[in-house]
Amino acid sequence: MDLNGQILESKSQLLQTANGHDQIQDLRTKAMQVFENEGFPTIKHEEWKYTSLVPILRKNYSLTASAGKVSKEEVEKYSLKTDSYRLVFVDGGFSEEHSDLENAPFTFLTLSNALGSKEEALNLFGKIAPIEDQAFVALNTAFAHQGSFLHIPKGTRVEKPIELLYFTSKAQNEAPFFQIRNLILAEQASETQIYERHQNLGESAALSNVVTEIKVERDAIYDHYKVQNDQRDTALVDNTWVEQAENSFASVDTFSLGGRFVRNNLSFLQRGEHCESKMYGITMIGENQLVDHHTLVDHKVPNCQSNQLYKGIYTDNAKGVFNGKVYVHSEAQKTNAFQQNDNVLLDDLASLDTKPQLEIFADDVKCSHGCTIGQLDEDAMFYLKSRGIRDKEARAMLLYAFCMDALAGVKLEELKSKLKSVLAKKLGVELDFDL
Amino acid sequence: MAEMAEEDKVLNEVTQSEYKYGFYTNIESDRVPIGLNEDTIRRISAKKNEPEWLLTWRLEAYKRWQEMEEPDWANVDYPKPDFQAITYYAAPKQKKKLESLDDLDPEMKETFDKLGISLDEQKRLAGVAVDVVMDSVSVATTFKKKLGELGIIFCSISEAVQEHPELVKKYLGKVVPPSDNFYAALNSAVFTDGSFCYIPKGVRCPMELSTYFRINEAGTGQFERTLVIAEESSYVSYLEGCTAPMRDENQLHAAVVELIAMDDAEIKYSTVQNWYPGNKEGKGGVYNFVTKRGLCHTRSKISWTQVETGSAVTWKYPSCILKGDHSVGEFYSVAVTNNYQQADTGTKMIHIGKNTKSTIISKGICAGHSNGSYRGLVKMGKKAENARNFSQCDSLLMGNSCGSHTFPYIEIDNKTAKVEHEATTSKIGEDQIFYCNQRGIPTEEAIALIVNGYCKEVLNQLPMEFAVEAQKLLAVSLEGSVG
Repeated sequence: MDLNGQILESKSQLLQTANGHDQIQDLRTKAMQVFENEGFPTIKHEEWKYTSLVPILRKNYSLTASAGKVSKEEVEKYSLKTDSYRLVFVDGGFSEEHSDLENAPFTFLTLSNALGSKEEALNLFGKIAPIEDQAFVALNTAFAHQGSFLHIPKGTRVEKPIELLYFTSKAQNEAPFFQIRNLILAEQASETQIYERHQNLGESAALSNVVTEIKVERDAIYDHYKVQNDQRDTALVDNTWVEQAENSFASVDTFSLGGRFVRNNLSFLQRGEHCESKMYGITMIGENQLVDHHTLVDHKVPNCQSNQLYKGIYTDNAKGVFNGKVYVHSEAQKTNAFQQNDNVLLDDLASLDTKPQLEIFADDVKCSHGCTIGQLDEDAMFYLKSRGIRDKEARAMLLYAFCMDALAGVKLEELKSKLKSVLAKKLGVELDFDL
Repeated sequence: MAEMAEEDKVLNEVTQSEYKYGFYTNIESDRVPIGLNEDTIRRISAKKNEPEWLLTWRLEAYKRWQEMEEPDWANVDYPKPDFQAITYYAAPKQKKKLESLDDLDPEMKETFDKLGISLDEQKRLAGVAVDVVMDSVSVATTFKKKLGELGIIFCSISEAVQEHPELVKKYLGKVVPPSDNFYAALNSAVFTDGSFCYIPKGVRCPMELSTYFRINEAGTGQFERTLVIAEESSYVSYLEGCTAPMRDENQLHAAVVELIAMDDAEIKYSTVQNWYPGNKEGKGGVYNFVTKRGLCHTRSKISWTQVETGSAVTWKYPSCILKGDHSVGEFYSVAVTNNYQQADTGTKMIHIGKNTKSTIISKGICAGHSNGSYRGLVKMGKKAENARNFSQCDSLLMGNSCGSHTFPYIEIDNKTAKVEHEATTSKIGEDQIFYCNQRGIPTEEAIALIVNGYCKEVLNQLPMEFAVEAQKLLAVSLEGSVG
């Protein structure tokens, strides 16, 4: 049976497990109805035109995975090698053992606890991410009971990065289907850095449907880094919705380097003047991999900015999709919106579909998008080779340089060097220099 | 002068009465009942004395059409036409003939003057019956003779069906098959008119071919079908439409244009579209749903240039299929929307052959409450080694009640492909206008000047006389859009 069938069959059980405060029960039931009516999108849906879910959905998933265990070494391996606040989840469940929240200046609650009573969490749940025409968000809203709630109080500067690590343990031999929901409230004038990673440690396939709702209040600074470098049978649908108030800065950087199937739906809703949104990303994938970035910036108020920069490198039969939408409402005068998507295809079987889209209703704006697809410059290759640098190294250097712009915004030095070494490894070279 | 006018009047009376007489009898017999069914198509086909294969083709298209649904993916919003309320075949509309130009709608007359259209032409366009028409027919005949000597065939498609059935049969529907889309299917089933053009091998057509001087012979149809074939190493430049406002009463226009460029051939197709855009409140106006596509063989080139200022709703994507190696496709477009107009236009460049190249330059200008969209596809197939594309789509917004949209689809299946796409949206700089004002140029003229500069890349592609008229047309279309 496909996933849709499985879900519909056990919907009442799932709804019961999800539970939560009375306040959100109506929303859960409504979301279930929306999902039942719409089902999973097919390639006839404009937003899914280039990404078929069929190979992902036809697998048999286990909807109620029991929690396994992970070792300390495994957690270390996938975390930032730095002093941080660490939140570890194993098979959806929070692992106190591996987490580290000592002296944390913010509040953390697991989703089910937060939805039981915490007013702030209840006020955030389902308020930013819409369920209509968003099958995955609807599904998550109906059933998600695992995940985290983070509350960064007014004026707090969280010095250390907060790590959100979601592991699928080796214990899973039936492909598990996880629904994770993160609710993050960054209050006025707070400053936060978040590192998020989903990692499957086992051999089996897995599918995660993650929804993150982030509310960035006025004057707050919020940085979120997503590293997607999962094993080759894992699928991830990551929906991130950010709502920004006046004078805030929010950035979500996505580094997609692995996994079988990754779909990122990243949306920024600008609701206060003078705010700035940034989304940078690097995609470097190969055999049998697909990464699909869908971004949306909704400019609803005047004097705001948005910046998008996505770099992609595709080898083997990798498939890349990019769809960036910038929507400027008629009130949003003086908007500056930039979008750039650059790609390199390295093999004949690699393919790329891109659609940088602008919808503009205000006249006094500066909006532009650019999109390029090309190969490595032969002259540059020749230059390097004529200086005794071998083909492979020369190639790696150029590709490395190609995606460096998109790393520029990363404020965490540890993450930057980690990413550089992952990139170098993927290019099959050892770079003993720092660009 | 007075004498001349008197003479004109007399002539008018004479020609008009004669025309009236002939017309009436015709119309009685030449009408097909309202609505669309197989019978309508059989009757159209019979009226035109068409061969059996064409009737079968039409009926097949009709069958396909019935199975299709009207597309709604375009970024336009309009009440759907009722296809059973249309008369699919009628002899050229019996328009009320005007006595002289003095009877012409003063608003229209003003526009004519602004565009600098000659008096004779004005009369012809406005439907004033004068002997000028006779003149133009004779002009057309002289052209025909000259073209005939070179072996060029340029006639209406109905005529071509009678005179050159083998060519029509060979190429009709080869680039835009009847099943292509809803409106192409409808057109294939019921088309009654259009142009046919055939350029033999190695011939360079010595003049710009234009449907414009053919209008009098055949009358423009609601469902036009144009077929242009350029044989090996030939060249043709083809013009469609005209800059003058066309107060056509037909609500729906669903035309199909097919171009075929054989090896080393070149076709340049220029369009100026200025159908009735509806009034200032957005009432009325023409729906322009057109399918235009060209097929390029080895080393051939097809270039589309369009200036779109009219129609209430436009839905049009002139495309190139770059099948042959080293073939080239070009698309230059200016689309102006004002008041409540809506335009969803762009192009498709399908790269199949090796070393194929395409260029897309699209300039959108939106004013009033209008919406303009660029929708384009650049596709590079697996075998399109070293294919190259450059696209640039700019939009200019005037006021904050209009909207500009860009939907560029880029699909790449080949690692040697090089694609560059850029798009910008902005408004006319206040400092630019200030600069002009300072030098004594009023704001309205300054806007026209700036817009012309903005569209230069496209206007430069138009044949000389056309370009001059198109510039004026832009100014007229944007009149009153600056508050």
